Amino acid sequence: MEDTGAVVAFWILAAITVGAALGVAAVRNLIHSVVLLIVSFAGVAGLYITLSADFIAVVQILIYIGAIAILIIFAIVLTPRAGRLNQEGFMFLPALVLAALVAGTMIFVAFDTSWAISEREGFEDTATAIGDLLLGKYALPFEIASVLLLSAIIGAILLVRPEGAEEGPE
Amino acid sequence: MDSVNLEHFLVVGAVLFAIGLYMTLAKRNFVGVLIGIELMFNGVNLTFISFSRFVESAEPLNGHIFVIFVITVAAAEAAVALALAVLLYNLRDTIDVDRMDLLKW
Amino acid sequence: MAILLSGEWYDLRDLANPIRELIDGLGLPDAADYVLWSLIAALAIVTWLVVSVIAFIWIERRLVALMQNRIGPNRVGPAGLLQPIADAIKLLLKEAITTRDADRLLFWLAPIIVFIPTIVVFAVVPFGESMVLADLNVGVLFVIAVAGIMTPAIFIAGWSSNNKYALLAAMRTIAMLISYEIVQVLALLSAVLFIGSMNLGAFVSWQDEYNTWLIFIMPLPVVAYIIAGAVEINRSPMDLSEAESELAAGYHTEYGGIKFGFFYQAEYMAGFAVAATVTTLFLGGWTLWGLEEWIPGWIIFLGKLYAVFFLYIWSRATLPRLRIDQLMAFAWKFMLPLMLVNVLVIGAEVVVWEETGASRNIALPAIGALNATLAVILVVGWARVLGHGSGRQRGYRATLTQEIGKIYYTGAEAS
Repeated sequence: MEDTGAVVAFWILAAITVGAALGVAAVRNLIHSVVLLIVSFAGVAGLYITLSADFIAVVQILIYIGAIAILIIFAIVLTPRAGRLNQEGFMFLPALVLAALVAGTMIFVAFDTSWAISEREGFEDTATAIGDLLLGKYALPFEIASVLLLSAIIGAILLVRPEGAEEGPE
Repeated sequence: MDSVNLEHFLVVGAVLFAIGLYMTLAKRNFVGVLIGIELMFNGVNLTFISFSRFVESAEPLNGHIFVIFVITVAAAEAAVALALAVLLYNLRDTIDVDRMDLLKW
Repeated sequence: MAILLSGEWYDLRDLANPIRELIDGLGLPDAADYVLWSLIAALAIVTWLVVSVIAFIWIERRLVALMQNRIGPNRVGPAGLLQPIADAIKLLLKEAITTRDADRLLFWLAPIIVFIPTIVVFAVVPFGESMVLADLNVGVLFVIAVAGIMTPAIFIAGWSSNNKYALLAAMRTIAMLISYEIVQVLALLSAVLFIGSMNLGAFVSWQDEYNTWLIFIMPLPVVAYIIAGAVEINRSPMDLSEAESELAAGYHTEYGGIKFGFFYQAEYMAGFAVAATVTTLFLGGWTLWGLEEWIPGWIIFLGKLYAVFFLYIWSRATLPRLRIDQLMAFAWKFMLPLMLVNVLVIGAEVVVWEETGASRNIALPAIGALNATLAVILVVGWARVLGHGSGRQRGYRATLTQEIGKIYYTGAEAS
């Protein structure tokens, strides 16, 4: 991508994404952490757009910001006495070292490998093609995913259901 | 600096993944751990999409399909894990993972 | 960004041409040119939005007053026309209070975040022929996704105020928004199924080509979308997030001055956003059966948009507010099953139409009639099943409220 707009957009969005993600780990207050997480998700959605993945970008906003961030907020608000602190446990240093090693390895591999870069331009209309693939070639995983979601819903409801819940207005 | 390639996106994905990994391993609050897992998902998804865009392939959209399934699983995982957090809180009044030591010797 | 020269004096788009020449004369690189153009177009949209909001503050107050047999604001300027400006000056001059122990940064940030989704939606809405800022392929999904940003913004507002009513209202709003988002998605899904595209422009051109509006073909999802839209924009009878009788003023209890003004204006803008979506998707957008040849498309579009918005004003003036459990039950027990059945039916109709290859003059009226009948049967039948049948008192009737939140039921089914 040599287009000036795309390059500028990439650097801005990458800075937002990584900066917000660092903030998520560093900030002390858990609610601030979630807000920064939302910013980071939005940055990733923007990066998807620079990669011409418009459908995935919109899905990212819809699911990550609209659903998962909200779920996390619910979990924080529903556990009031557990504290809103975002501090590290005793595994702080080993975790930092391991994460740095993993990041270093992956970045090294990314630059060391000679990828089979294609000359293809960005995708034109991903939504239709993804729909065709999902209901054609990947129909079975698609159905399994829906069963997985259903079982997750039922499981989540069963887990938080209070003991001896009443059966509605009787 | 004047052009953006696959490597740039891979670095962003790797950094996101590492931050998520660090949070998952180090945070004491269960919700913090979950946030870390979501960040890792995002790093992986970004990597998938950038490969899908840049790398030579017969069916380049397969990366997008994979990301859709990752997002589906992430949503299911978030719902169940947060239900677990609320359940743990109801049972033990804390969601500090360092104090979840019932099975410790 | 293609610029058309229609040559008609009333065509707004031609106004852009002098600016176009000016910018082309600067000799900027492509990217800067694009950014500049987008900024100008965005500025035009925002200007229209703000002017509409100011106008509708006055129109709504006068209309509601008329419906309720009052007079309404009539003191400032002729017929009270300057009332919104007086309100704005009042809000601007008020002290910007931050409550003690509030989360200062988030408290300050929330009114701004609330603004984002309401404005961004208009980027994909076609105001007229080739009058669309970003012609996205996934426009319908974009509209839903962007509206979802509202949810965290409202939570941030409620949480950072450090006020229990604000937090309660915020949690309540989130629960409502998420429930009705599902209804909204399913309503739009049936429309997308039928049109076969998620581009808002494609919706307009489909309805233009087939000389009909989607509301005549599938009334049920349109009604569901309008109801869910009322929840999304917090308008009565669904304005439970600011139910002043229960929650002080809802999630913006602690906001005063211009910060409150931001919420107030964002609410109107969200209303216009929902009305614009309804207009584009279900009411034919900027087309009106050939009349767009004579009247500029954007005037038709705005006329329809304001007509839809009038529905919300009307319902606000006439309907009482629902209780929160009624609202949630309505979403999950009533709308959701109906919408699921509806998606199934529309999908079947699309397949049957394709298989039989019937001509559009037969197929569209048949599908419309079938859907309308089915809508009536489904609504009445499902209401009967849920125990809200007419006349026979099959439902639960609350006769005695002993404690707050607990209602004792008596009657035939209360055994």
